[in-house]
Amino acid sequence: MTYSSTDLIIIGSGPAGYTAAIYAARAELRPVIFEGSQFGGALMTTTDVENFPGFPTGITGPELMKHMRDQAIRFGADIRTVDVDGIVLDAGVNTVTADNHDYDCRSVILAMGAASRYLRVPGEQAFIGRGVSVCATCDGFFFKNQHVAVVGGGDSAMEEATFLTKFADRVTIVHRRTSFRASTIMLERAKNNPKIRFLANTEVVEVHGNSSVTGITIRDVETGRCSAMDIAGLFVAIGHEPRSQSIAGQVDLDDNGYVVVAAGSTATSVPGVFAAGDLVDHRYRQAITAAGTGCAAALDAERWLASQEQGFAPAERTSN
Amino acid sequence: MLTEGSTDIVAVTTESFDAVVQRPDSVVLVDFWAEWCATCKMLAPVLNELAQEFGDRLTVAAVDVDRDPEPAQRYDVVTVPTLLLFHNGEMTKRIVGAQSKAALIRELSHLR
Repeated sequence: MTYSSTDLIIIGSGPAGYTAAIYAARAELRPVIFEGSQFGGALMTTTDVENFPGFPTGITGPELMKHMRDQAIRFGADIRTVDVDGIVLDAGVNTVTADNHDYDCRSVILAMGAASRYLRVPGEQAFIGRGVSVCATCDGFFFKNQHVAVVGGGDSAMEEATFLTKFADRVTIVHRRTSFRASTIMLERAKNNPKIRFLANTEVVEVHGNSSVTGITIRDVETGRCSAMDIAGLFVAIGHEPRSQSIAGQVDLDDNGYVVVAAGSTATSVPGVFAAGDLVDHRYRQAITAAGTGCAAALDAERWLASQEQGFAPAERTSN
Repeated sequence: MLTEGSTDIVAVTTESFDAVVQRPDSVVLVDFWAEWCATCKMLAPVLNELAQEFGDRLTVAAVDVDRDPEPAQRYDVVTVPTLLLFHNGEMTKRIVGAQSKAALIRELSHLR
């Protein structure tokens, strides 16, 4: 295990992480950013981003993220494409472990985002990547002329189902309630698509298959009656959960695991530790709001570091 | 394209798949990828490094699932990137999604 120390570490590489990196690097805080092996965040699986200001004709998610990353690099952000294995937060002496190396830092910006939620039913885990998917734009291609199911009742479920009709010949939306959270426009678009069928009041109880998914067991929520449905793919679109497992018990989280920050700030319950993006925000969850809070976190960290002037002894500080 | 600029990764097609993978005394890591797949592009430099570092005991190959869908169908690949490891022509491991280099080396650690 090797060791080094720095003023600021940013964990996460979505719009929040990269924007924090741009601001912190420009403020000459020499931030180290752990972007992870799957960098770029949730936008990497988004095809067209049409609502990010400054791109009047739209931009693809991966392109937008590349721009942000390049901008952070331009100002000297030290980007590490490795996954963080451990985080220890302790007011002013925080340790991040990655690639068998301990990095100590005075301030941390947490921007790990949120991950797709799974159903947690028997069979699901075993078939991830073999027919169970949380990304229609990534995996839809493989279901040409087949029957697939989409689970969920929100906008993302409608969007996934509509997208999947480009490939699949039949798409069944399985939703455990009768009412849908999806916006009227998205719901209507799905309802008017001849390839989409709705199965409300129904939940998935098990996923079956051999080398890949062949079907699911579904249950009528009212009668409790179970039946089998043959499908080749199961797309789960039931929302997200924050990636806060590694910091649980160290900073205050709300009941759903989102990091709690002080009102009008990005400060967490630990001094010098700030949080931004979807790790905090379960309400707006937009690229632009994540970028906004990433910027705020960098400014908050900069101010906090300045207020702690004494800092580490220079001898302890190394360039990496 | 994934193999662009790399002489270490072997681009395979439906026609050449068996010739590359089904060889006695071989270890072949096959990357199933697509042009529209951002995670595949993240994985590409990692695979390049693996091919360079372990080239003496491992062949790294890549199939474009758009152009050559048959191998993906044959091995039930329904997401990209998927990595399949073959020992002497027999599939021994399936790795789904982008991985860090360290994680891949762990997966391949039994190669000595």
